[in-house]
Amino acid sequence: MPFVLLFVTFVIQMFPRILPAGDTALVVEFGDRIDPQIHHQVLALARALEREPFPGLRETVPTYRSLLVYYDPRQLLWDEARREVAGALERSAEIPLPEPKEIEIPVAYGGEFGPDIGFVAAHNGLSEADVVRLHAGSTYTVYMLGFAPGFVYLGGLPEALATPRLPTPRPSVPAGSVGIAGPQTGIYGLSTPGGWRLIGRTPMPMLDLRRQPPTPLQPGDRVRFIPISAEEFAAWQGSHGAGSP
Amino acid sequence: MALEVLDGGWLTTVQDLGRPGYGRYGIPVSGAMDFFALRVANRLVGNPPGAAGLEITLAGPVLATTEPCLVAVTGADLTFQVDGREMPMGMSVFVRRGSVISFGGRRRGCRAYLAVAGGIEVPPVLGSRSTYLPGRFGGLDGRALRPGDRLFIGPVSGPLPERSGRRAPPHLIPVWDDCPTVRAVPGPQDDHFTPEGLRTFFEAEYRVLSSSDRMGYRLEGPPVAHRRAEIISDGVPPGAVQVPPDGQPLVMMTDHQTTGGYPKIATVVTVDLPLLAQCVPGESRVRFWAVDVSEAQRAYREMMGALDRWERASADDYTKIMTIRKDNDRTKR
Repeated sequence: MPFVLLFVTFVIQMFPRILPAGDTALVVEFGDRIDPQIHHQVLALARALEREPFPGLRETVPTYRSLLVYYDPRQLLWDEARREVAGALERSAEIPLPEPKEIEIPVAYGGEFGPDIGFVAAHNGLSEADVVRLHAGSTYTVYMLGFAPGFVYLGGLPEALATPRLPTPRPSVPAGSVGIAGPQTGIYGLSTPGGWRLIGRTPMPMLDLRRQPPTPLQPGDRVRFIPISAEEFAAWQGSHGAGSP
Repeated sequence: MALEVLDGGWLTTVQDLGRPGYGRYGIPVSGAMDFFALRVANRLVGNPPGAAGLEITLAGPVLATTEPCLVAVTGADLTFQVDGREMPMGMSVFVRRGSVISFGGRRRGCRAYLAVAGGIEVPPVLGSRSTYLPGRFGGLDGRALRPGDRLFIGPVSGPLPERSGRRAPPHLIPVWDDCPTVRAVPGPQDDHFTPEGLRTFFEAEYRVLSSSDRMGYRLEGPPVAHRRAEIISDGVPPGAVQVPPDGQPLVMMTDHQTTGGYPKIATVVTVDLPLLAQCVPGESRVRFWAVDVSEAQRAYREMMGALDRWERASADDYTKIMTIRKDNDRTKR
């Protein structure tokens, strides 16, 4: 009997689990899949720590299903940090998240802005117009910013648009490009190499290093894409400056 | 203006201790790869720990001074020279106006740090002067130095020549090996590897491939066997060792991507990251040694504590020297 109990406890306590990530960070894993509920828990813990930071807390990095918590090992050791985070985890259940911001992002679809739109359409048996209609017809949640500065990972892509990545990444993808990789869609914050299928581009800068915070989108925000023409794209860029960097 | 770049060297960038706090926006910390060496160099010339200096990779630049300055070089031994004469490393050196600072050739290590009293003045980006090459921001226009560049030096108070000859205590000059063993804390996803995979990782020797850079070190050696080779992308701290499906480990360095989708078998302890920073891509080999978090944090406290104590003590020395000087001046009058 005690063995069974132990086993049940083990399974129940699988998530959330707090693990060391070296000597200056720990990670709280809430699950191992992409799921709005799991992501909500990540943001709630980030918020709990933001509202009542423990001494020595340096920074948190929210992602799909885990929160990376940096702390100063000269102020507290792993055991103490784990206790602090476990406390915040308990508090986080009661913390309401702020109403998500809803942000509209103008996107010029297809053509030079989205060289892979034809492939995405063909892969899914759709027309290019269908791709635009479906992509711009959904509301997305910002899951995380990462890998590169200002890159935005969005959840909520209609299944009909899922497309595998390029077999070989492009050496350079223009900043603002909107792409699809498997069941995800995202926006490139910087011009970087990349393997996502590009369907359009936004003139809105996803990274502005002169601003605080430096990105217009934060995890938890809601995003809608508004199709614009090439002329509108140029006009938008003209009226808002080229952006940075 | 104080330093004119005649030759940029192989890869010379402006770096300080980085821009922590922006990981959630996808922005890596950046900063000096061997942060320890930069701090020592800064202290030798009387700068605060986070002043910007030059990170010099493999082959040094040629710099002309247009003003007298106090410099110190630490880290890799690239044969530091002033006007063609070799100068000691790990020591503050007064350099006259119109002199040429150069490097005669690499003897040991990969990255040298040059600090100048007053620090290198470039506009801070998100609170840091560190160059982030992939994003083309920070430092000098987000790029490496090239001929014709001019580097401005921040204001310095007090006379410089008297401050030359200050040396770092030997215990703050790490002895590195071309083939170091670095300590690493297993996890956070060590459960994604088979026991054999873990054993391989902590027992085998890995070659540092020539494609290694400030973003990450690519290693080649016996493949590490997974149970699961993918995770849902999550946060990646500096020093994290990701293992992609081919089993060849990737160590995340200071310009690392902030998130990643490969399981992290271990995280290199912070105080051993400088050992990796001094590995030469294409030549060095590394081994990993498993330690628990407590041991890693003890090492962190010891090393940072020793550095802080010396920084404080030598700052007191400097205040003492200045007080004595003032007293002497007064007596003379």
